[in-house]
Amino acid sequence: MAWVNRDKCAIVGIGATPYYVRGQSWPQTTDQLAGEAIMAACADAGIDVKDIDGFAYYSGAGAGYTGKMDTADFMEQLGIREVGFTAALTSGGGGMAGTGGLATAAIMNGDATYVVSVMALQQLPQSRLGTVFGQAAPTAHNSFMQPSGLVGPGHLMSVLARRHMHLYGTTRDAFFEIVQTQREHAMPRETAVRRKPLTREEYFASPMLADPLCRLDFCLETDGAVAFITTTAERAKDLRQKPVYIHASRHGGTRAWGRAFGWMGMPDPTFASSGHKPVADRLWADTGLTAKDIDVALLYDHFSAMVLMQLEDYGFCEKGEGNDFVLSGKLRYANRKQPGAIPLNTHGGQLSEAYIIGMTHVREAVEQLRGTAVNQVEDAEFALVTGGPAAIPTSGMILRR
Amino acid sequence: MSNYGPASALPGDHIRIATDPYTEPFWQAAREHRLTTCRCANCGHCRIPPTPYCPECQSNRIEWPDLPGTGTIFSYAICTKSPYPDVPDFVYVPIVVDIDGTQGHGARLVANFVGDADEVAIGMKVKVVWTSINDGWELPNFEKA
Repeated sequence: MAWVNRDKCAIVGIGATPYYVRGQSWPQTTDQLAGEAIMAACADAGIDVKDIDGFAYYSGAGAGYTGKMDTADFMEQLGIREVGFTAALTSGGGGMAGTGGLATAAIMNGDATYVVSVMALQQLPQSRLGTVFGQAAPTAHNSFMQPSGLVGPGHLMSVLARRHMHLYGTTRDAFFEIVQTQREHAMPRETAVRRKPLTREEYFASPMLADPLCRLDFCLETDGAVAFITTTAERAKDLRQKPVYIHASRHGGTRAWGRAFGWMGMPDPTFASSGHKPVADRLWADTGLTAKDIDVALLYDHFSAMVLMQLEDYGFCEKGEGNDFVLSGKLRYANRKQPGAIPLNTHGGQLSEAYIIGMTHVREAVEQLRGTAVNQVEDAEFALVTGGPAAIPTSGMILRR
Repeated sequence: MSNYGPASALPGDHIRIATDPYTEPFWQAAREHRLTTCRCANCGHCRIPPTPYCPECQSNRIEWPDLPGTGTIFSYAICTKSPYPDVPDFVYVPIVVDIDGTQGHGARLVANFVGDADEVAIGMKVKVVWTSINDGWELPNFEKA
């Protein structure tokens, strides 16, 4: 059955700060970075920042893993008069693509008219995501994980990648293909942090941080902020930009995935997956679309192996066939979409452009559907954007031209 | 192919744990070098970490059986960077272990493999070895069975 709010709301503005290598956004503060992105998104939409009357966050309104964003702070600092909605999806980056659904809920419920979703990330030495689990204070639950030395997200997900390789014969060649493809996509993009060509030799010489994953399988460590504005499709028609419709947005997941790599109790085949299958199934049921109808895939790429597993879970290929599908080269950008191909992370993604906990993917989807992307897929009509393979919720969103 | 050599557990003097009323019996047993699990006294489902309710039958009744202390490696990673700034780099192998004597999924342990890192494989049989950590607690790790 079609999603009840299909195309009823639209993303009308997108804004971002420059992307900085980890720590280099200092002495700006996260409030400053978030404020810059929010004001840029308003300017892009052609609205006044004082028109914002709703906030839809993810990651528990966290700025990174250690900082906080708060609606009252933004109102005080940006002069926003009154809000009728302020809420966040729980857990972490898994919910990123669910923010479109949360914003839609706010708007369709009559709580707010212009809803902003924002993420600001600043990774000073004490707040690096890569070491955050290792540095966390012991709790009753993490005491069953932390003493193993799986100190960061990449270490945790390397264990999932290993199981996938064991079950399906997946190879590091496929991980390399994803990394190199995205590097090529980043090269013409001025916003990208990594723009030099990447050779096979370089990749295989990259240090193994958590075998089977090497440093180049890990996403960038960057700072910055990205924000987007959602409003009704009706209002969107009168604003500055071509509307990008929220065709469907879902978040959630099943108990079999649960806390995922924070738990490691997932049965096969869920263990060696992205956890996204339940969300994917709902999105396809919501829209009547299949993976074949998607023109550009903006898949959350904190680690290369998790992109491969999402390709399977969203049905771009069969479960267990990700290796061969990736190696067929079908992820590479071509200006005109080739049959059976799916241009992946055409902005370079979090592996090569910048990592702002997934929000750069929304930015690229909006650019693709407006027709203003650097690596423009001709006549792109549907973009798939996903949140992180992470503890529930995972999330996905289909945006429409 | 890989050539990592010997893998050790994380240094015990750098490890601190926390407990709550539901997890403490697991650690008290560990202190006596007994590997146990949180088992539902109503339906027998096992779960780690120990939590208030059984996810299968929602019972709050728990028992703590003595397990054989063996298991099978379900997956693993090989790491070469020290997690601690004051400890030089060393090879360690985080493993996910299916624990013998538990029924149902969920009762896995995440630990370190102690031994030859190049020998580690999914499906390898392992047995518990105990690492002394801070505050008098003992941590279950594993070596080749």
